[in-house]
Amino acid sequence: MGSVKAELLRLWKWPATWVLIGVWLVMTLTFGYVFNYLALNGGTNTRDLSQQQLISAMQPENVGAAVVRGLPMFGGAIILVLAALAVGSGYGWGTWKTTLTAGPRRVSAMAGTLGALGIIVVVLVALTFVVDLGAAVVVATVEGWDWSLPGFDAVEALGASLLIAAMWTGFGVFLGVVTKGPALSVGLGLMWAIVTENLLRGVGSLLGPVESLTKVLPGGSAGNLAGAVGGSGAPGVLNDLSGTTAALFLVGYVVVFVGAATLLKVRRDLV
Amino acid sequence: MIVTTEKLTKRYGDRAVVDEVSLSVRRGEVYGFLGPNGAGKTTTIRMLLGLVQPTSGSAQVLGEAPGTPRALLKVGSLIEGPGFYPYLSGRDNLRVHAHRRGVGRTHVEAALEQVDLVSAAGEKFRRYSLGMKQRLGVAAALLGRPELLILDEPTNGLDPAGMADMRDLVRALAAQGQTVLLSSHLLGEVEEICDRVGVISQGRLVAESTVEQLRGDTVLLIRADPIEKAHVLIEGSAMHGDVLHVRETDAGALVRTLVRADVDVREVRPLRRTLEEVFFEMTGAA
Repeated sequence: MGSVKAELLRLWKWPATWVLIGVWLVMTLTFGYVFNYLALNGGTNTRDLSQQQLISAMQPENVGAAVVRGLPMFGGAIILVLAALAVGSGYGWGTWKTTLTAGPRRVSAMAGTLGALGIIVVVLVALTFVVDLGAAVVVATVEGWDWSLPGFDAVEALGASLLIAAMWTGFGVFLGVVTKGPALSVGLGLMWAIVTENLLRGVGSLLGPVESLTKVLPGGSAGNLAGAVGGSGAPGVLNDLSGTTAALFLVGYVVVFVGAATLLKVRRDLV
Repeated sequence: MIVTTEKLTKRYGDRAVVDEVSLSVRRGEVYGFLGPNGAGKTTTIRMLLGLVQPTSGSAQVLGEAPGTPRALLKVGSLIEGPGFYPYLSGRDNLRVHAHRRGVGRTHVEAALEQVDLVSAAGEKFRRYSLGMKQRLGVAAALLGRPELLILDEPTNGLDPAGMADMRDLVRALAAQGQTVLLSSHLLGEVEEICDRVGVISQGRLVAESTVEQLRGDTVLLIRADPIEKAHVLIEGSAMHGDVLHVRETDAGALVRTLVRADVDVREVRPLRRTLEEVFFEMTGAA
């Protein structure tokens, strides 16, 4: 518990945490509401979306879908950066050395980091939900639509959002531990989340086995889960797998990433 | 014994960075761990703290295996410079550390007071001078009143005033009965502060004893005229050019003997090897 408190204190007071969360909130508002609102009110190109689709995407009852659809790619990338920085920076600052000589077992120290990152990610998803809901209510009120608050499907979407966020967090932690630094881990992570999987999807249209593989890669699984719980119309959202299958793959990735990172942290010399 | 190692060895490939080091640190002493840069001091200390696993050999820290929570909670350490979050204040950094060590806020304030950092505790760590950073490192090491303090090159990078401050701090801790293992390549520092010394060179512990024992017996240097007559008069003296070396501490008796025999005594002074000379002799460094 002391390790979680320690990590939470330092992550909470870390400007990078709030800068990344702030950037994500601005992105989700801009792409989820501002652009859709402008398109609805006089936009000439509505990305092949009908007026009804635009309205549906911005209605308060669909806020759960609005939250989850941003996470497979861009939101995930931001979460990955946060986790990779949180873990990788400790090697450069020498804080891992301070942490591991303070008293707790290495497993406990790692659990503290993961627990605190988990809390920060829950805060990020919760803030996204609150901000999106606020924006949706404002738009619906201004436009005079009939609207209602989100129902149970929002809980399902938020659960999926948390699972997707957990996977990207685990991926970031894993990269931070493997590369023992912030720069390489962030670079590799962003490359994977935004470039590599998309390139593979492009190749997949030519090679069947690659196409099958892309569906179950970390970003692909996240996109399929988002698609299964109603997220649509955003980059990275897919509809190739069932929600259960995609969720199982994501759980597997969380276990593998977190397990491998913890094992490395426990076994490897800190020189 | 607070720390004992038995043939502690760390190899990276074929290279032994630490080679069968057997040392012991006694309760209440300031133990100087002396060696040139790259001799294996930091790797040995990292093994004592569980940061690095030994290839072979064993170590005990306060009766526990190194790196276990029971051992670590009784040890405070500062290894190769302080590792803190640059964006947090000194006080917040200590609060983070205190959470990990399971101690309360009162310990944080006490540690800040002990290293004289209370007035700067609210400033961001990245704005600290090197000396302040080192002192914060010592404050973190002191959290929870550890039985053993391990300080690895605590004066590295400090200006002369900062080095003097750090030495005073270690002396003050030693005066309170704190056991300190101090690694350094600065001979004057070790000579001034430490009770016992372990000298490590190329991974091997080449000597372990008190500073006095390391420096050996005092020899008197006598310059007299005629020197040959003085050499005959003083039994056991050794002639080196125009001076005599005598293993004798009663300088007054010697001078009286020479003067009575009509020998002109021009200079009598104790001649003692400095720790630096001993160190260079043992490590082959120059």
